[in-house]
Amino acid sequence: MIAETGLAALWLAAAMAMLQLVGGLTLLRGEGKLTPLIKPAALVQGALCVVSFASLMWLFYVTDLSVLLVASNSHIDKPLIFKLAGTWGNHEGSMLLWVSVLSLSGAAIALLEKRIDTRTLNATLAVQAFVALGFFAFLLFSSNPFERLVPAPVEGAGLNPLLQDIGLAFHPPTLYIGYVGLSVAFSFAVAAMLTRQVGPAFARAMRPWVLGAWIFLTVGITAGSYWAYYELGWGGWWFWDPVENASLMPWLAATALLHSVSVLATRNALRAWTIMLALVAFAMSMAGTFLVRSGILTSVHAFAVDPERGSFILALMLMYTSLAFLVFATRIGTVKQGEPFQIVSREGGIVANNIFLSVILAIVLIGTLYPLAAEAMGDKISVGPPYFNKATAPIALLLMVALLLGPMLRWRRDDLKRHKYWLVGFFAISLWTGVAIWRFVPGVGIFPILGLALSLALAVAAWVPLKGRKLLRTPLPVFGMVIAHFGLAVSVFGMAAESGFSRETLTALAPGESAKVADWQVKLDDVRPVVGDNWVAIEGQLIARKGGKKFTLRPQSRQFYRPEQQTSEAALLTRWNGQLYAVIAQPDENGDGRWQVRLWWKPFVTFIWFGGLLVALGGAIALLGRMFRRPKKPAVNKWARA
Amino acid sequence: MNRPWLLWLPLTVVAFIGGLAIYGLVVPKDDMVHSAMVGRKLPEFALPPATVGIEGLSNRDLADGKPRLLNIFASWCIPCKAEAPYLEALKKSGAEIDAIAIRDKPEDVAAFLAEFGNPFRRIGSDSEMAVQLKLGSSGVPETYVVGGDGTILYQHIGDIRAEHVPMLLEKLREAQ
Repeated sequence: MIAETGLAALWLAAAMAMLQLVGGLTLLRGEGKLTPLIKPAALVQGALCVVSFASLMWLFYVTDLSVLLVASNSHIDKPLIFKLAGTWGNHEGSMLLWVSVLSLSGAAIALLEKRIDTRTLNATLAVQAFVALGFFAFLLFSSNPFERLVPAPVEGAGLNPLLQDIGLAFHPPTLYIGYVGLSVAFSFAVAAMLTRQVGPAFARAMRPWVLGAWIFLTVGITAGSYWAYYELGWGGWWFWDPVENASLMPWLAATALLHSVSVLATRNALRAWTIMLALVAFAMSMAGTFLVRSGILTSVHAFAVDPERGSFILALMLMYTSLAFLVFATRIGTVKQGEPFQIVSREGGIVANNIFLSVILAIVLIGTLYPLAAEAMGDKISVGPPYFNKATAPIALLLMVALLLGPMLRWRRDDLKRHKYWLVGFFAISLWTGVAIWRFVPGVGIFPILGLALSLALAVAAWVPLKGRKLLRTPLPVFGMVIAHFGLAVSVFGMAAESGFSRETLTALAPGESAKVADWQVKLDDVRPVVGDNWVAIEGQLIARKGGKKFTLRPQSRQFYRPEQQTSEAALLTRWNGQLYAVIAQPDENGDGRWQVRLWWKPFVTFIWFGGLLVALGGAIALLGRMFRRPKKPAVNKWARA
Repeated sequence: MNRPWLLWLPLTVVAFIGGLAIYGLVVPKDDMVHSAMVGRKLPEFALPPATVGIEGLSNRDLADGKPRLLNIFASWCIPCKAEAPYLEALKKSGAEIDAIAIRDKPEDVAAFLAEFGNPFRRIGSDSEMAVQLKLGSSGVPETYVVGGDGTILYQHIGDIRAEHVPMLLEKLREAQ
């Protein structure tokens, strides 16, 4: 009965969404009779989705194998945490999670949002219901998560072993919450265009949602990168895989949006551009979902691939984005130009930030879609890391340069002479670092040198906005900005150090033999079989020595059954200045008792993810500040008036 | 807004991407990455030696009037070890083989050749996979049949097994 309850709740929730949409349509022709129903419908829709999702989770918890989805994605012997994670570790469940989060955010808007007028609020809820309806239809007609299986099997197929990892169990929901947060920004933007309320009040209402979505995306991407790094065993932290790009593109758009929405909220400028970014950001998260779920591009991540579902998501994506851009093209012209500003100003800095982020986004989008375009013209090619690295690195470095100065500038107009000491200081730090590396470490590429030099300058520059402020009276969003920018410096430092100074050794060792990587002497001590919950593995015992200290690493090559698959579990030795990374593979084929061992020394590689988390922490602090700030007196900022 | 046509640009981009995606879904998919270079001249490249004692490789070395095989390998690649005996066999049957070592180091290449034999005339070192990408090759190992004028005639993806040896010899003979 649980499955049927879940399905019924899903149908009813879809009906509520329909009611919201119809209510919204009557709103367009003046205040309709159904308008008062919009808010309650949003609340009920949210509650019904919770019931539906909880039902599915329960089915996974008790491993009800008479449900097709559970039988094909779970197994009676699986550890409980992965049984629960199995709820969203598959196509149907993740789509149900998607729509549930969407509905819950609708309910939250209905309940909490007080910054915009009722008309725009109702329109927002109607647009949201319109988006949700597409996904309800998708679930109910093409991907029913509650479908029964007769007869029920005895054990169940299991979960993709690559996904049986605690990090990954929580990776998709994190990204999804980010994607869905962007859908809320999208609804706000469309609603504001429809009701002609594009202005600071709308921007202030949208800002926390963008910020929230952006925090989750940041955490999701950081976690995903670390997962790929230690689980795939290839020793890299970013592959420019279509699936990775799928989450990076909305992040880039959301980062640009986050900055431009601040300009709109505080200075009432960049109106059309902010709306445009809100639409692009959500289009990118839909495109991401489509790329991942349709199998249209070849990816190292093996996901459930199904052209029929791909077509459905594509149809939804094209419908929402083209309708939204149609509204944009016809309506935005009627939006008044915002307040003017000069090029050297905080706005100017944020415009530079937006341009650089948009260019990176375009590069990634073109690179991701190019194989598809080339195929349409009869060529078969793949675009690899060399293209992405070479094309994005210079722009990313320019973005860093803009970041050095931007946060110090005043709103509306500023004078560069006022900042000449800082400018000279940053230039000196960068030059000194660059020359020092170039002089003393041979063979380092230009991008790692520039990256290190700029990241050191930025690590200092990030704190400058706090100078001269009374720390206790400084608003939380300023602290948030400082920490996020400092986190970016930390992350870029890690990336540059890793790409410039990594050392790699590929070798075949018999037990007792040693290999060297960087300053480390690594001996293969022993190889033995080990048995886990649902896998068997060979485990190498490696003794790593450096400067009289001794550490043990145990990399594994795992063989999963149900379904059969091989994974390598890298062993990581973390020091403050980097990681020693070891992978063991199956024995050499010529049978001389040697084992393939790959060793890397990756200096400061942990800074990449630590920096990413700092960026997200900065966002979280800013969000707290926005949620719990004291009401401002209107006279504090004369530019903030609508 | 002075330029209203600009407002329609996003919609146009969406339509273009949508068209591409529809094409990608409708047209049946061939997951093997075949080089678009088959039937064309080799791209220009000049690679330094991959190890001591063996010369590097440029596209001109492959256009000296004699058809040859171009093997793409790496010392760290396990299938490359599996195909080593068949490259030896091809060489014994009279095939001339040049090679490109991908992301490799001189000492590793030397160790690989010492262990598995050296069927190669020249070995270029492609440390950044730049030439590999130019050739339209997607992985190691791969083997190209190159005509005497430097035209790529055939691309073999994956390791060479016993059953591929006569086929490759036949392709070389056809290229004469």
